[in-house]
Amino acid sequence: MPVATMLLDVRGVTKRYGGLVANSNISFQVGYGELVGIIGPNGAGKSTLFDLVTGFQPADEGQVLLEGESVTRLRPDEISRRGVARTFQKLKPFTQMTVVENVMVGAFQKTTVPARARREAMEALDRVGLADKAEAHARVLSTGQRKRLELARALATQPRLLLLDEVTGGVDQRSIPALVDLVRRLHGEGASLIVIEHNMSVIMGISQRIVALNLGEVIADGPPAVVGRDPRVVEAYLGQAYVA
Amino acid sequence: MTAEVLVQGLVSGLLMGFVYALIAAGLSLIFGLMEIVNFAHGEFLMGAMFATFWAWALLKLDPLVSLPFTVLLLALFGLLVYHGLIRWILGAPMLAQIFATFGLAIFLRAAAQALWGADFRLVKGPLVDGRISLAGIFIGLPQLVASVGALCAFGLLYWFIRKTETGLALQATSQDRQAAMLMGIDTQRMFALGWAIGAGCVGAAGALLAMFFYIFPDVGATFALLAYVAVALGGFGNVPATLLAGVIVGIVEVLGGLLIAPALKYAVVFSLYLVVVLWRPQGLLGRF
Amino acid sequence: MPPVARWPVVRWTGAGTLLLLLLAFPLVFTQPHPRHVVITIFLFAMLAQAWNLLAGYCGQISLGHAVFFGAGAYTSTLLGKYFDLSPWIGMVVGAVVAVAVSQLIGYPVFRLRGHYFAIATIAVGEIVNTLMINWDWAGGARGLFVPIKRPDSLANLQFHQSKQNYYYIALGLLLLAFWITRKVEVSRMGYYLRAIREDQDAAASLGIPVAAYKQRAMALSAALTALGGSFYAQYILFIDPDSVFPTALSILICLVAVLGGIGTLWGPLIGAAILIPLGEWTRIYFGGTGKAIDLLIYGALIMLVSVIQPGGIMALAQRGRRRTG
Repeated sequence: MPVATMLLDVRGVTKRYGGLVANSNISFQVGYGELVGIIGPNGAGKSTLFDLVTGFQPADEGQVLLEGESVTRLRPDEISRRGVARTFQKLKPFTQMTVVENVMVGAFQKTTVPARARREAMEALDRVGLADKAEAHARVLSTGQRKRLELARALATQPRLLLLDEVTGGVDQRSIPALVDLVRRLHGEGASLIVIEHNMSVIMGISQRIVALNLGEVIADGPPAVVGRDPRVVEAYLGQAYVA
Repeated sequence: MTAEVLVQGLVSGLLMGFVYALIAAGLSLIFGLMEIVNFAHGEFLMGAMFATFWAWALLKLDPLVSLPFTVLLLALFGLLVYHGLIRWILGAPMLAQIFATFGLAIFLRAAAQALWGADFRLVKGPLVDGRISLAGIFIGLPQLVASVGALCAFGLLYWFIRKTETGLALQATSQDRQAAMLMGIDTQRMFALGWAIGAGCVGAAGALLAMFFYIFPDVGATFALLAYVAVALGGFGNVPATLLAGVIVGIVEVLGGLLIAPALKYAVVFSLYLVVVLWRPQGLLGRF
Repeated sequence: MPPVARWPVVRWTGAGTLLLLLLAFPLVFTQPHPRHVVITIFLFAMLAQAWNLLAGYCGQISLGHAVFFGAGAYTSTLLGKYFDLSPWIGMVVGAVVAVAVSQLIGYPVFRLRGHYFAIATIAVGEIVNTLMINWDWAGGARGLFVPIKRPDSLANLQFHQSKQNYYYIALGLLLLAFWITRKVEVSRMGYYLRAIREDQDAAASLGIPVAAYKQRAMALSAALTALGGSFYAQYILFIDPDSVFPTALSILICLVAVLGGIGTLWGPLIGAAILIPLGEWTRIYFGGTGKAIDLLIYGALIMLVSVIQPGGIMALAQRGRRRTG
């Protein structure tokens, strides 16, 4: 039995914008094959945390370690090549390209041969259920489909760690269960994921562990059932009056 | 090079700087509102200068007398450009936006050349002429009047933006278009107004420059580039900052000419642009 | 796959026929003027194709590309004049110089985006233009005459009796540009450049080293443009800052690509095939003011293209095809 080591180790990460502290001394770990959910009210610093982990913003203090190796000062593309993929809250499809071409851009990280990239791309599209839309232009997709596209694109880079920023945001009610199912399936296939999500029932349902943020700080870190009853978490979302 | 020459140069740079500031202000205003760089701004200036020239040549009107009309004419032209061209590319990709005003610039320059030829024109014997001496520094009267005029126009613009309701609406639109719309501000009107004012500023600058500067179809090009530098220095969208920025550009231009070589003075200014946008992309006092 | 699987066959036949026609052209039209017009078309199509690599495919709108054209022209001419170096070698060295300059420019300038970048390229173009006007060893404002070599020879890249060889060399350069663009288009680099054009952040999140690829596109674009510059020098036999470095030239190159279809393989050729003869026609029919008239038309065209169809003629054609397809 291999010794479980941490896939991702975030240590004391802090980010300030002038007088505003977006992330304050944030620490948590993600193990192999874990699905960690990140929750917190608006402005809690969730997306900033993603930006810091994936290199889109430099941390003012603290370290981010990927399998023991520090990735704190690296550029986004360098971090991606080390096996960390992400989706964006504000979706970023390559609108002038077709669906499969979009995913091929991701697949090209692992191969330089276009035919091979196309095959890998089709596989990724298959996994997310978009294979039938392969030749469609990215801009005609619905929000739910775009989320899948972005997911497929990220998967095509064969990441060790997948960061999903808002799975259900902007998606119509009917499409949510299928999306959630997809994330669950990916996890079941062995993926390690960190998921930011606003929809409580979704995130509580799929996560093995929840990290709750408020005003830039970690206020709870544990199994969903425990975190859900944590008075600090309840207070953050609903206010003092609702704490039991 | 003596201290006297240096001071003379600095004063001259300062004076021209106010004119640059006025030109840049219009550019900055437009960009702040809709994130479009008016690549035809120099040609607007050229148009204003030619309008002033023809008013003098054909109607015997002194530049200072025809100035209000030139401002109005340019403001109307700005409106025309907005409704005829800009309105259609507001949501277009950046490439289309760049090329739209770029195309306009080429068109206007060619039109001027076709209509009036490439000859250099000059307004001779303006109302304000001659030189004065202030503490041993020689200042051309037209240059001084132009400078003061530009400063006044700038002040007017500043007062308008900061103190009037319409001006505040303009600021609101430029800072957050969505929010402004939600508050009932007609953003289309604001955009059109922005173009009218921006063109009007250039109209004033053109009329003032026409008092002493040579007028020809390509004259706008250099002023435009200097204006871009000033806008970048002050921060795209930050109109008040263009005053300081314009002065800096004016002084750097003169110093570049004196300290390095007259032929290279513009190269020095453009190098300044590169330094500024790389070192501090938001400009010295910028908003972005 | 789209329905018409016959397309590749039709496309290749069409292209092949065009190539045959172009090869036969100088044999049919033996007067210097028509040949000159077509040579100019080839040259501008090639320059536009080179610009297209950076601006169309990679989305970096450079408005100062004449810098590389001039670099090629001046390098091969100076090497020929002062060191008696063959213009072919000079051409290659010119391309190398242009690449070096492009990397130097790119390093700071690529950190800018959008309008800031475009203005920066104009600024660089103006700076270089000004410097060249004041550099006397390189001819300054008076320019340089390419040393005349007789008799006509391929080795010296000079032909005085007829334009025929120039024609084929220009066609060769155009084919080179086409070939390179096509190769890039279907390769990983092509996908990466387009991704960068669409969304730099998304591209980076997928592992694309954005700055490095921009530099690569820039280098390729600069090298091709420089080859065109060296050819121009050997063709016209006189260069000066005003003919090879002005912003007006940068603009014309952009216009050709934009009109024909930015980011497409055939766009530059289509654009050149329309604009160059248009320029010639206005020059002939309007005499002295001809220069202004064709710029007038150019300006109007650019405005129309930006408003109606930023994708240029190719996009218009594609839209039509999709509707009937």
